[in-house]
Amino acid sequence: MSADTNMDTGLEMGKDAPLQSRGGLRQLGNRLQSQWKRLVIALPYLWLFIFFLVPFAIILKISLAEAIIARPPFTDLLEWTEGEFLPSIYVTLENFQYLLEDDLYWLSYLNSLKLATISTLLCLLVGYPMAYGIARSSQTMKNILLLLVILPFWTSFLLRVYAWMGILNTHGLLNNMLEVAWNIGMALGLTDAPFEPLQIMYTETALYIGIIYSYLPFMILPLYANLEKMDFQLHEAAQDLGSKPATVFLTVTLPLSMPGIIAGSLLVFIPATGEYVIPALLGEPDTLMIGRVLFDEFFVNRDWPVASSVAIALLVFLVVPMMVYQHFQSKAEVM
Amino acid sequence: MQQPFVTGTSCKPCAPNPWEVPGAKPFIQIEGVVKRFGAFTAVNKIDLDIYQGELFSLLGGSGCGKTTLLRMLAGFDNPTEGRILIDGQDMTGVPAYDRPVNMMFQSYALFPHMTVENNVAYGLKREGLPKREIRERVNAMLKMVELDSFAKRKPHQLSGGQRQRVALARALVKQPKVLLLDEPLGALDKRLREHTQFELMDIQDRLGVTFVVVTHDQEEAMTLSTRIAVMNQGEILQIDTPTNIYEYPNSRFAAEFIGSANMFEGQVQRNGKGSTFHADGLSSEIRLGDKTEVDHGTAVTVAIRPEKIFISRTQPENAESMNILPGRINDIGYMGKYSIYRVDIGGGRIMEVSAQNRQRHHESERTLDWDDTVYLSWLPSSSVVLTK
Repeated sequence: MSADTNMDTGLEMGKDAPLQSRGGLRQLGNRLQSQWKRLVIALPYLWLFIFFLVPFAIILKISLAEAIIARPPFTDLLEWTEGEFLPSIYVTLENFQYLLEDDLYWLSYLNSLKLATISTLLCLLVGYPMAYGIARSSQTMKNILLLLVILPFWTSFLLRVYAWMGILNTHGLLNNMLEVAWNIGMALGLTDAPFEPLQIMYTETALYIGIIYSYLPFMILPLYANLEKMDFQLHEAAQDLGSKPATVFLTVTLPLSMPGIIAGSLLVFIPATGEYVIPALLGEPDTLMIGRVLFDEFFVNRDWPVASSVAIALLVFLVVPMMVYQHFQSKAEVM
Repeated sequence: MQQPFVTGTSCKPCAPNPWEVPGAKPFIQIEGVVKRFGAFTAVNKIDLDIYQGELFSLLGGSGCGKTTLLRMLAGFDNPTEGRILIDGQDMTGVPAYDRPVNMMFQSYALFPHMTVENNVAYGLKREGLPKREIRERVNAMLKMVELDSFAKRKPHQLSGGQRQRVALARALVKQPKVLLLDEPLGALDKRLREHTQFELMDIQDRLGVTFVVVTHDQEEAMTLSTRIAVMNQGEILQIDTPTNIYEYPNSRFAAEFIGSANMFEGQVQRNGKGSTFHADGLSSEIRLGDKTEVDHGTAVTVAIRPEKIFISRTQPENAESMNILPGRINDIGYMGKYSIYRVDIGGGRIMEVSAQNRQRHHESERTLDWDDTVYLSWLPSSSVVLTK
């Protein structure tokens, strides 16, 4: 029953016989209930409005201002001139123009997109078999495996990235273990060259390891949700009709898990594009990443208007894949 | 356009039943097949021969092993012991995708992301046939199941009956040697089921493909099949034609599972005139048919089908040749074309009798009613003597 019809009948009852009958009381109950429903829906919207839309408006405002040495370090949107009743509005698109002119920005964008794309593909390659394996396990095993996927979230993200530094360092856990193995090999006479530690830390490899590690659950969970619902009798039907296992996968499993692949990929791709912490801690010091450029503009250059315009541009770039996702979601619901 | 199938023999009644021909080569041979899942034995030492062109039913309750047997024929499960031969070829180690059989799943298992057309074409594409031939065969098959106007629809846009036909078309278009059907009519409502069951028989007759049907529905098995195997707890109790299974069940289970039966426990008594039966707790003796070949004193069960019993208010006159028991009507179930009477014959025993409602209800004054005293009578030869 919709809230509106409840409200209408409630009002009608109130006009003719103000809450005399039990029916009237019930109407009042319905009315309160529908108002309660509205309140419940309104709260998250209010939350989004205060903590998302308002800050976004502020950033948008700053991106249209000019940098000055002051506090705050940008010009005001409204300029009050003495004697005038209305303030004049001061807006400039210079910052966005600047983004287009300096190739630092679009190179960082492209690099971030490349990194996010490769990370998403790698996450998919690692996550798909894992999600498939979990979906086909017994019920008890499923719960244990899912718990293991979610378990890392119980520690801080930053701490986990630091842990990777400890593992990948030149004198880290990985190299120590390799060295032990190497020394045993040397003792057995397999080699006599001295041990050379692997230089993984502060390379692109370390960056990808960090991103894949951090974002893998976001790939696995939607894929699992999709594969778990899949009717595995369809696989038998495909086999029965002459498909070898690889063909079954390509013609049945893969197309049917497309909504899960898209959901997982976007959940990895979007945050990976703007990722700041992982490249800063694990990656090459001079990797051009949009998240890093953003940070530098804000806190090193203190050019808030340019930094804000970078943020706005990034958002626009990310809204497009988001809309693609929405499109596929609604299509999946129709199916 | 090529004819997709060789039509079956049009002279069905005059051809002898293949299983009655001595030396005839069975098309499917199941030899000593055992299937165990851990400690549980799903299928226990089954030997079964099915002949070309048969519509063979595996009938039994849930968990009797019928579906496991079907899955082993399809190649989804492998026998723990024994082997299966199809058309003389040992199927051991042959994967499902290489077997000359196709299956119609109980849930139909249609691919939800493909149109009706592509569902039917799926199997042919795997054979790598030329596009033209695929299109022709798919169109012919869709026409046969009267779905040619639905070719572009997705399965979720179809009704249950239409989906069932797509599943049938998808399995048949591959021209399999054997079609396996898992509860083919289970998901359809009663009216549609009756219609589809005749359609299925018609298609099978036309194409001459061997059908193996798994069902728990005895009525379905009776109308469809050339022969039925009654299964219980992983074993086959009886393999025979529907008529023989109904009229001459070989076990208590078969007699009870197919149709209903009034059962009496007791001993067989033989004397010069013939065999009689002394049922426990029944005062009068029941006469058995002349062909009864059971020794004196053997403990047996006697089953009498409800429709073999006549029910009347007056005592029947031919008392010598009939078994007659007086009783009182305890309950009447009016089913439209017939009624079921539950008659108390004393000693706490109830017998079920069914009778056609030849006259319109309440039109005749002789309509039987609750608490009426009635006489039940049946021919001695109607009694089925069961030793197991």
